[in-house]
Amino acid sequence: MLHTGRKVVFVSVITAIAIAIVFIISLNLGTIRISPAEVLQVITGSGSDQNRTVLIHFRLPRMVIALLIGAGIAISGAILQSVSRNPLADPGILGINAGAGLSVVLYIFYFQGGALGSGWLSIYMMPFAALLGAFAAALLIYTVAWKDGVTPVRLILSGIGVNAGFGAFIIVFQLMMDPNDFMKATIWLSGSIWGTSWPYVGAVLPWIVLLIPWVLYKSRYLNAMQLGDQAAAGLGIRVERERRVLLFIAVALAGACVSVGGGITFLGLIAPHLARKLVGPRHQSYLPVSALLGALLLLGADMIGKMLMANAEVPVGLVVACLGAPYFIYLLIKD
Amino acid sequence: MQAQQSHKHAGKQAKSRPKTAVAFLVLGLVLLVIATALSILYGSSNINLRTVWEGLTQFDPSSTAHQIIHRLRIPRALAAALIGASLAVSGAVMQGMTRNPLASPSIMGVTAGAAFLMTLGYAFMPAASSLVIMLLAFFGAGLGAGLVFMIGALSKRGLTPVKLALAGSAVTALLSSVSSGLALRFNVAKDISFWYAGGVAGVQWVHIQLLLPVVVIGLVLSIAVSKSVTVMSLGEDIATGLGQRTNIVRLLGTLVVLLLTGAAVSVGGSIGFVGLVIPHIVRFIVGPDYRLIIPCSAVAGGLLLVLADIAARMVNPPFETPVGAVTAIIGVPFFLYLARREGREL
Repeated sequence: MLHTGRKVVFVSVITAIAIAIVFIISLNLGTIRISPAEVLQVITGSGSDQNRTVLIHFRLPRMVIALLIGAGIAISGAILQSVSRNPLADPGILGINAGAGLSVVLYIFYFQGGALGSGWLSIYMMPFAALLGAFAAALLIYTVAWKDGVTPVRLILSGIGVNAGFGAFIIVFQLMMDPNDFMKATIWLSGSIWGTSWPYVGAVLPWIVLLIPWVLYKSRYLNAMQLGDQAAAGLGIRVERERRVLLFIAVALAGACVSVGGGITFLGLIAPHLARKLVGPRHQSYLPVSALLGALLLLGADMIGKMLMANAEVPVGLVVACLGAPYFIYLLIKD
Repeated sequence: MQAQQSHKHAGKQAKSRPKTAVAFLVLGLVLLVIATALSILYGSSNINLRTVWEGLTQFDPSSTAHQIIHRLRIPRALAAALIGASLAVSGAVMQGMTRNPLASPSIMGVTAGAAFLMTLGYAFMPAASSLVIMLLAFFGAGLGAGLVFMIGALSKRGLTPVKLALAGSAVTALLSSVSSGLALRFNVAKDISFWYAGGVAGVQWVHIQLLLPVVVIGLVLSIAVSKSVTVMSLGEDIATGLGQRTNIVRLLGTLVVLLLTGAAVSVGGSIGFVGLVIPHIVRFIVGPDYRLIIPCSAVAGGLLLVLADIAARMVNPPFETPVGAVTAIIGVPFFLYLARREGREL
């Protein structure tokens, strides 16, 4: 026990250090290069106005968002994998992202530019729109897959189907937008941290801060549920109820993250896998490590995107998919 | 496990119904002709039946209506029929050869592969002709499907339906994210999305000239191997036991699939679910014999896509809805139904 405990601390510290390094490198990258010395100047209050604006109003919120939603998506994926006892579950693969995406596209299409779209209120409303879509998708997938219980295979196949269906609807609405909105929606749907201002941080922060500790608190239920429904019931857990609560949290996290981060697929798959490899399957150990790894991976992917193309915005979701898909394929081959 | 499954498969199979199939073919062809005529008639500029007929019989180059008929509507309707037929037949051959009910071009990474090589073409060879681009799409389609099959060949327990679907999504995600990145970097995103969502709206005669011979060869070849596909669909063991040279059949079948999907995807872009839905419906009607399934699928697939293309024009006129979205709306519920049914056995 002590041994795993120390390992968790060790892995967490290493990951945190890596996050700090990537964070510092990321601060310098972008259309305007800002050297570390200049960053330091801004921190101490003596930097140029331009540098301060770029750092504080554009780069910092974007990186904070990357960290938050990286952690959120990782935890969401971890819950989905544990609850469905399916190592290949991920909010993107299961179609939850697509549901949230459709809902946000509709929201932009009908409300933005209208009364709601004028101010900060619309930013705070967006996670709710995404959430609505995410829950609709989850409900649909669950209903389709339900037939005297839900088998992992049916769940994942239904997810792929629902994903394709929502994708078709998204295209229909996208094509009704004007070219500018169309481009915006396209980039957003590929997974892009588009809300690069503090209000977006405010919009997503409460969800992450409330839901992740709740999941951590539920760790022991997750441990028991992984042994199988009967074993869990034998340990005095109301399995079906806990499963619904946990699924609710997973979907809520995914929805909130999609609303500011777009459709990022595979992150929710890789982070928990890596975490389990590093610290083992106990949820108390691997959930926090997944969250840290998710944050690191997303921030790193964002950094790579900025490095590859300083001028064009590369949707971070593309970078994540390029890293995540081969890993997914590896899991498929190995399984 | 496999033997058990194939036994079940064989036990479940109904008799083949040649008479029903002939009726299906005749009816399907009649409907296809009617649908094609409707497709030529219907469009954003109103052209009446007589003008259409005149445009066909006594073409007058100075008439705008005749020009629209000739240059836009006829190639479009023909392309829809050819592409629909190709997708349906390649889906039927895939399902028969792999005995996998979910096998179909749309979930095999075919479109993403085609888009990937096309993006490379647009990015690095800006001067490339549309023929070169079409060839690239063609080979890209093969690349996508090849990768998915490779994953299947590498994995220990073979390509189960679920694994096929997952491998397809993974390959699609990988290839399409690389091509999106390239497209953004080299500023060719517009060309790609135009092709991707284009359907058959922008088809010209030059496309038909390329499409037609490939599709004809593919269809003839598919009918030639149809008997062997039927034997394969009973299971590998049975096929070998009956003296089938499975490797040759598999090679020919793969060639058919590559020819037909490559041609279809390179002209029509992303049109999903035709290859999934049609063979299932046809198999349900005419029975398990692929000598009947393949020609009937060709007709039914052509019919479905011509109708879907008409619907795509009617949803939101004068704008075009991507025909892929229309086929997805038909196909997704069907896929979900299969997922629900198959989930038990996989």
